[in-house]
Amino acid sequence: MDKLLLIFQREYLTRVRKKSFLIMSLVGPLLTVALFAVPVMIAKMSDSGKVVAISDAGGLFQTLPEDNDGLRFTRVSADLPTAKAEFNKTKYDALLHVPKLDLVNPNGFQVFSRKGLGMSLENDMRRAVEDAVENQRLRQAGIDRATLDNMKVKVELQTISLSDEGERSSSTGVSTGVAYACGFLIYIFIFMYGIQIMRGVMEEKTSRIVEVVISSVKPFQLMMGKVLGIAAVGFTQLLIWVLLSLGIATAMAGSMSPEKMVQDRVERVNSASVTGTRPAKQSQEESNKIVKALRQADLNVPLLVGCFLFYFLGGYLFYGALFGAIGAAVDNETDTQQFMLPVTMPLVLTFVVSQAVLTTNPNGPVAFWMSMFPFTSPIAMMMRLPFGGVPTWQLALSMLLLIGGFVFAIWVAARIYRVGILMYGKKITYGELSKWLFYKG
Amino acid sequence: MQPILQALNVRKAYGQHVALDGVSLDIPERSIYGLLGPNGAGKTSLIRIITQITGADEGEIRIRGEKLAPRHIAEIGYLPEERGLYKKMKVGEQLLYLARLKGLTRTDATQRIKAWLQRLDLTPWADKNVEDLSKGMQQKVQFVATVLHEPKIIILDEPFSGFDPINANLIKDEILALRDKGATIIFSTHRMESVEEMCDNIALINRSRKVLDGSVGAIRDTFRTQTYAVEGRGRLLVVHPDFEVLEHHERENGHFYDVIRLHAGTAPNDLLRYLIGQVEVHAFRELIPSINEIFIRRVRETMPETIREGELVP
Repeated sequence: MDKLLLIFQREYLTRVRKKSFLIMSLVGPLLTVALFAVPVMIAKMSDSGKVVAISDAGGLFQTLPEDNDGLRFTRVSADLPTAKAEFNKTKYDALLHVPKLDLVNPNGFQVFSRKGLGMSLENDMRRAVEDAVENQRLRQAGIDRATLDNMKVKVELQTISLSDEGERSSSTGVSTGVAYACGFLIYIFIFMYGIQIMRGVMEEKTSRIVEVVISSVKPFQLMMGKVLGIAAVGFTQLLIWVLLSLGIATAMAGSMSPEKMVQDRVERVNSASVTGTRPAKQSQEESNKIVKALRQADLNVPLLVGCFLFYFLGGYLFYGALFGAIGAAVDNETDTQQFMLPVTMPLVLTFVVSQAVLTTNPNGPVAFWMSMFPFTSPIAMMMRLPFGGVPTWQLALSMLLLIGGFVFAIWVAARIYRVGILMYGKKITYGELSKWLFYKG
Repeated sequence: MQPILQALNVRKAYGQHVALDGVSLDIPERSIYGLLGPNGAGKTSLIRIITQITGADEGEIRIRGEKLAPRHIAEIGYLPEERGLYKKMKVGEQLLYLARLKGLTRTDATQRIKAWLQRLDLTPWADKNVEDLSKGMQQKVQFVATVLHEPKIIILDEPFSGFDPINANLIKDEILALRDKGATIIFSTHRMESVEEMCDNIALINRSRKVLDGSVGAIRDTFRTQTYAVEGRGRLLVVHPDFEVLEHHERENGHFYDVIRLHAGTAPNDLLRYLIGQVEVHAFRELIPSINEIFIRRVRETMPETIREGELVP
């Protein structure tokens, strides 16, 4: 036990003291925040102070559209050649030409600009034209805009999942988000740190220190110390990230609150999407709804956190053992490919399948089987849980199977490890590997 | 006296391949023991069983009469043939780590590391990463790691293969000093000539079997061939029933070099007396077979089926 602790310490300290760890720990949260903040900022910057000149030959705009988010409209000569000449003398960003038009089949709108327009500006202009045409048509039909708005109806569905514990209201959107976040974290963590285990084992093997070490400790202790030490490194990094991200988020809250960021993002996404013809106000409502749902989502948080930690650790240990075995079986990085594939395949597969099946039908047969099989269960079960309705026996069975799988993986890995770490310069085949399992200690 | 280490009928197979086939050894305490044999003979397999890296399929290892157990790890120091250190770790930390894995306390280990680094002129390098050291210095660090916990049994697999001549001599002196302090040293090598003058006892291993063992003196005595080399000046004409000239070489100015074998019952002095009557003798010495020659002869006698061209000669 003492020796396991020594190995654990070494694995942990040598990694945590590396410069790359420090850099990743600092840069990670910045990157995460930047991932969300930068698009918003860029969008804000590029939209500010744009002016569109309208040459309205068709008399579409009785009044100019309202200024919106720094986008301003101004009127120029209705005659296109004159307007063009005028436009060239100014610094306006775009010239929108409205031809004489047929309200039934409006066509022939043109936009002139000196450089590329950008998706959002184009969308804004299109929306302005569409609104104007709509208004004209309404007026022709004798309908008042306000009357129409009053007739529009908006219904919200409250989703409630029925389970043995009674009814709980849930939000499919939030569940999907939480499912993805959990699955993604586990996926990334297994990959990043699983490969570190593999590299660590290979390093010991290629630097030939391993024979000295295992004349002092059992190969199993060495492997376990490494797997646990690297897990601790991962947890440390995760903790630093969470703390730093919270810190940065708080610091930025003044200028840009997370809620505002979500709103901005939703707005941008809506207005940038091809079908983004809805008025801006509607998307505002939409984003309010998301924020509201996030606040009110009635998830079983203790269960989720508990299960997340279990599957996070369980999945990592299961895969970590296998990655360790790969590292022991091969001599160099290029040889790892043939053994990496069968190990990483289920992992990638779960993530891909999750999109199509897991989140849309979280309690169907595919989801059920994937959440039982230890290769896929860490991610699959975490994707099912936020939707609720996973029977207790399924969760218990899945956890038991994962523990069983872990014990088996460690057994296989320890055997491969024991033989493999002392095997140099030999190309290993699967047949060879299976023989190693039955060598006597 | 009870041997410090005994191997009793040890057998080890990897799948179809038999690495050790009933090998038994007695290694006396405070001696230097040579485990000799060509590559692939099974030496490293035996060592890995002694160091508890693997286990024997049959037979057992005893240390002072006790069956080998995990607590013996602290009594054994092992320098493997494939040597290496953690490249990105500092010399001092690395030695501390390896010593503590052998069961030393932090304080003990730190003191001994300091002493050893001083002894081998490595003190200025204690805080450097291993990868910044020259190869020779890394080898010294490895040697320190092997002996730091003051093991009673020190096993050195191909000890001089990686060392440059200066370090090899340094290490040789340290090994002798450790022996004098009470340690038992086991050398394993295929380069028999490199250790035969240091070893008190040897065992020859070929094709997973022990071919021969005993003290170096006794083995040499057994394999003496009563052959003498004679150098001198004059015309040597041997016509004598007790001697037989195996080789005769004429050199410049009437010098000669002959190899002469005595027949049974003849003493070297008889030959010398005979020679003095005929020629001017400059040198007279017994041709003692090297361990390498003994090994080849022995294998030829006991396992003729294993001899194929060039296979035995290392």
